[in-house]
Amino acid sequence: MLLGTIVYAIINSVILILMSIGFNLTFGISGISNFAYGAFYILAAFVTWMLLNLLGFPYVLSILISIVFTAVIGALMYRFVLMRVRGQVLSEVIATFGIGLAILEFFRYLGFVGVEYALPVFIDESFMIGNVYVDMQRILIVLSSIVLVILLWLFVHYTSLGLAFRGIAQDERTALTFGMDSDRIATLSVSLGAGLAAIAATVIIPLGTISVSQGYDVLINALAVSIIGGLGSTGGVIVASLLVGFAQRFTDTYIGSHWTMIVSLLALLIVLVIKPSGLYGKQKELEERI
Amino acid sequence: MKKRKERIDRGIKVRSEDIFALTSWREMLYLSAPRLIPAIVFLVLPLVLEPYWQRVLLSVAIFALLAISWDILAQSGMVSLGQALFFGVGAYCSGIMNHYFGISPFFAIPAAAIAGGVICTVLLLPVLRLRGVYFAMVTLIIPLMIERVIEATKIFGGTEGISGLSVIPSKWLELYILMAALLAALFGFRRLMDSDYGLVLKGIKDNDRSVMNAGINIYWFKIEALFIASAVGAFAGAMMTHVYRFVGMPVFALDYSILPIAAVMVGGSGSFAGAVLGAFILVPLSEALRALGGLRIVFYGVFLVIFVVGLPEGIFHFISRKYQQFERWAEVEK
Repeated sequence: MLLGTIVYAIINSVILILMSIGFNLTFGISGISNFAYGAFYILAAFVTWMLLNLLGFPYVLSILISIVFTAVIGALMYRFVLMRVRGQVLSEVIATFGIGLAILEFFRYLGFVGVEYALPVFIDESFMIGNVYVDMQRILIVLSSIVLVILLWLFVHYTSLGLAFRGIAQDERTALTFGMDSDRIATLSVSLGAGLAAIAATVIIPLGTISVSQGYDVLINALAVSIIGGLGSTGGVIVASLLVGFAQRFTDTYIGSHWTMIVSLLALLIVLVIKPSGLYGKQKELEERI
Repeated sequence: MKKRKERIDRGIKVRSEDIFALTSWREMLYLSAPRLIPAIVFLVLPLVLEPYWQRVLLSVAIFALLAISWDILAQSGMVSLGQALFFGVGAYCSGIMNHYFGISPFFAIPAAAIAGGVICTVLLLPVLRLRGVYFAMVTLIIPLMIERVIEATKIFGGTEGISGLSVIPSKWLELYILMAALLAALFGFRRLMDSDYGLVLKGIKDNDRSVMNAGINIYWFKIEALFIASAVGAFAGAMMTHVYRFVGMPVFALDYSILPIAAVMVGGSGSFAGAVLGAFILVPLSEALRALGGLRIVFYGVFLVIFVVGLPEGIFHFISRKYQQFERWAEVEK
């Protein structure tokens, strides 16, 4: 049982990493709150489902279209809503949360609730690690998130666009003097974050059904992981997801499944009280507390 | 001939400054109308409405109290995304006092307000030093956690809650107690914020280090502001418990955190009248839209976004500006 718990804990952590990199990109690296993240996740899943089942497109094509569609919606959300309240964190949070709420409840209203709303797995096989069954979809999740994290790290640290993402968060005016158009870069950042949410949804959703309340859970998990790891640091996201993922799985097996969410919230609370910037956060101590 | 838009104080406003307000009835009416109208409206409405809308008025008053509580914190620089904490703690305190100790509502409600205030302040004491978004996030998380802890440990009735609490004897009494509390909170806290004490609180919001430099202990002021706000929120929760005679996990729901923020966004922050106005608009709106079912929350989200983006100052400031100043085109002088 211990081996099984450890294996599923690793997979749970990797799922958390995948859910959080998009949020970390916009909130941590570019400093733009995007609380409609959970809604984009579910939006991508439903668009894929609709293209697959209502229009009969091939699976790969519907995935690609839904990723691009979510990225475009993210860009539009920035241009028409976020751009006007840029810099006032509370208004950004409320505006994006309102949009996320509207999208999620719209799907619930249209009746997209039920067991038939599920996406098919990519390859339907299982593996044996030790004496634990692990299905191929979960292995795919691990592989794709390793690839995505490496790509993201390279992008943010070595390409000029990635460095621009970090620049507009650190000091916007200096970035402007360097010729980086802050609005254009912020649009790209929000749409990339939304696209990453779509990719995460594509890979993770086949494990279960698409449920609207999962949207809120995704947002809370992504927020918790980003803050515990420290906003803006990819290494922090990895370490934090490992911590939270292991804590969740072990609580689930040994204590009881009611307590799993409490564990992640408690971890978040402890980190916020002791070291608000998170484990690898780069924000100076002076700015976070008096 | 180039023209520019010019905004000038109205004549009646200038004529009614200071002691000159006493020169004629018109000036006195100009000054007193904005204060008297909410007072008269809130005192007369319970008499003319039918029972269903009286219930809605009760909800309006409770959410207005929550919105005022949020505004007190916001004007002291602490933005809280979790008013449900104050509401829920007050509701549970009152429910527990009534159910397990048999105290009558007349004593349980004030006691729950004060006890709720103390408990919430003590809970948030460790995070009082955090600034900005971190404090907001902690206040968001604590109600979620308490909700799940109650569900997991099943204390205080667990998921079913405590029901069958005693009721306030007369329907008119509960309505008018709430109206009186609302008006007292509105006008009382207005006076408080305009005084020197409120000046210190607003200073803490603007630049806390300078206030510290002036030799004022900001932690003590923050604790007091937190206590006042949470006592008001707990009072609202305790009233709600005795109106509906039930308290359970839903008192920590996200709804009670978001609606006060939405009310203040719509009505305008910075003056408690905006909070009350926002609640007065939003709660009946959400009741009237109840027929639409799930679409109601969609409307809500869109409504909220439109207000935050399009009219960020809020309705109250807009009206107040129109009441006090007028605009005209003027020539640009060379």
